[in-house]
Amino acid sequence: MKTPIAKKTTVKDFKFPKSATGIQGLDEIIFGGLPLNRTTLLLGNTGCGKTIMAMEFLVNGIRLFEEPAVFMSFEEKKEDLVLNVKSLGYNLDRLISEDKMYIEQVGINPAEINKTGKYDLEGLFVRLERAINKVGARRVALDSLDKLFNGLDENIMRSEFLRLLNWLKEKEVTSIITSEIGDPFLTRKGIVEYIADCVIVLDNRITNQISTRRLRIVKYRGSVHGNNEYPFTIDESGISVYPLISQEVQQQSSTERISSGIKDLDVMLDKKGFYIGSSILISGTAGTGKTSVATSFAFSVCKARKTCLYCAFEETPNQVIRNMESIGFQLGLFVKSGVLTFYYARPTLQNLELHFMAIRKIILDIKPRVIILDPITNLMTEGPNSDIRSMLTRFVDFLKTQQITVLFTAAITVGSIERNPSDEGISSMVDTWIMVQDIEMDTKRSRSLCIMKSRGMLHSNEVRKFDITSRGITIKPFVEEKNKTIADTRRTAKEQKNLSTSKDNNENNETAR
Amino acid sequence: MSEKTTDTLRLFAEANDEAQKRYVLHLYVTGMLPNSVRAIENIKAICEKYLKDRYELEIIDIYQQPDLALSEQIVAIPLLVKKTPFPPERMIGDLSDIEKVVTVLGLD
Repeated sequence: MKTPIAKKTTVKDFKFPKSATGIQGLDEIIFGGLPLNRTTLLLGNTGCGKTIMAMEFLVNGIRLFEEPAVFMSFEEKKEDLVLNVKSLGYNLDRLISEDKMYIEQVGINPAEINKTGKYDLEGLFVRLERAINKVGARRVALDSLDKLFNGLDENIMRSEFLRLLNWLKEKEVTSIITSEIGDPFLTRKGIVEYIADCVIVLDNRITNQISTRRLRIVKYRGSVHGNNEYPFTIDESGISVYPLISQEVQQQSSTERISSGIKDLDVMLDKKGFYIGSSILISGTAGTGKTSVATSFAFSVCKARKTCLYCAFEETPNQVIRNMESIGFQLGLFVKSGVLTFYYARPTLQNLELHFMAIRKIILDIKPRVIILDPITNLMTEGPNSDIRSMLTRFVDFLKTQQITVLFTAAITVGSIERNPSDEGISSMVDTWIMVQDIEMDTKRSRSLCIMKSRGMLHSNEVRKFDITSRGITIKPFVEEKNKTIADTRRTAKEQKNLSTSKDNNENNETAR
Repeated sequence: MSEKTTDTLRLFAEANDEAQKRYVLHLYVTGMLPNSVRAIENIKAICEKYLKDRYELEIIDIYQQPDLALSEQIVAIPLLVKKTPFPPERMIGDLSDIEKVVTVLGLD
């Protein structure tokens, strides 16, 4: 007789309770927070930011959820800790005086340790108990484990560590234990693989003499997680982690349009302007007026009372404002009212990724509808090209998901016009590509503007005369004169060929809408 | 040297000798847990054997006085601390390695 097999019941949608960290970007990555009432191992090399992350977890617990905290420091002195996090805006002294935070320094001098027989770490447990009871702590940090275990017997360390994890669980506190990565205790005895509930690794590596910080979830019990590395920064507002864009970016392509700010340009763009959420590149040699086009766009965005972020990587914001005044645009008012925000940075000081992260942070703060990067080429002297490309792609993807319209300007050298334009890299990535060029007509210097491509719309493929006057920008067809042929001959034969090739491509695109 | 100076020096030397001979020991334990019980037994035996009549032994249970765990910076326990004579010494463990204890205490 067959024994009846009980039907398997599965608990669907069970979500392990979480303790939110409150750290920007981190909770999204770790499914809402650290496992509640469990211990998370935070590993990393010296200076990777583990102490700060642990501290931020505690402080946010107090600040956001009224959960008191205990910080047991095996490494840094209490005074140093308080001082170090002061620069992040945390007033630990006040939290301590209000009995919301308790910091205890555990002094361990391995030189002093004379072993005379069996021992355990009950002294630590007694102190922990006392500390937790003192403030009614719900969050605990121990920083760092390798200093605690320094010089102690391995078998005792292992059993005491297990005991500690269980003890903390029974105390119903969510804890972070930090440790140096590659510590033989952790790696050899399978602590990381089998015992810890959650393991996060921080990394601070130096490439091209610039340090970049990364975070990786090695383990999160009960959840499937990617093995991705997430870049993060530590600045005066604490830690900010930047989630990656998923492979399938949910992009709702907007069919709405936004004016370029230049009437004549809108006319060339199917009479409507750019698509909202699209990316636009304006490339041209130095001094051809790319910034003027960009700022005209910014001006019209601001006039429509939409928030605009202008990232200036060459001219200072004041220069940009001054230059625009000379052609009739008053940007100053918009800066005052907050509709226009400038981000000015000198690209040699940080690497490209840090700029993107800083910009992303501002974007999350002020939620602009339009962002301008002028010029993007200044950022691209840093780092190898493949890195730049992926970073740009991620950035543009991110903006698309936010339906933010982005305009890049790029300076190109005269020689590069002769090359296949798509080698620039950015031009293949963007939806709309406008090229501005210097030309000589008669004895006058003049400029031409041409739409090299604009996805999804019928656009002009004419090369038009681009003028910057005191009353703004005009883009008119070249007057049919004999002068036109002079302008043509001034260009090299190759340039001419390139323009025709692009135009041919555009014509092909036009038919396939 | 005057007579007074030599007297002072002599008194000082005698006091020093006296202090040198007197041992003040603190043993920190955790109630009646096995390691602690053993440590107490062992230290009593050592004191009787090597330091008869010239020691002071204080046994402190950190369960009863948890604040001392902080002030004495105790992590591993049992912990034996030699307060005098100089130099101070700290030893962790149940004191079953008697040779080690004797060496560290400077009794050999």
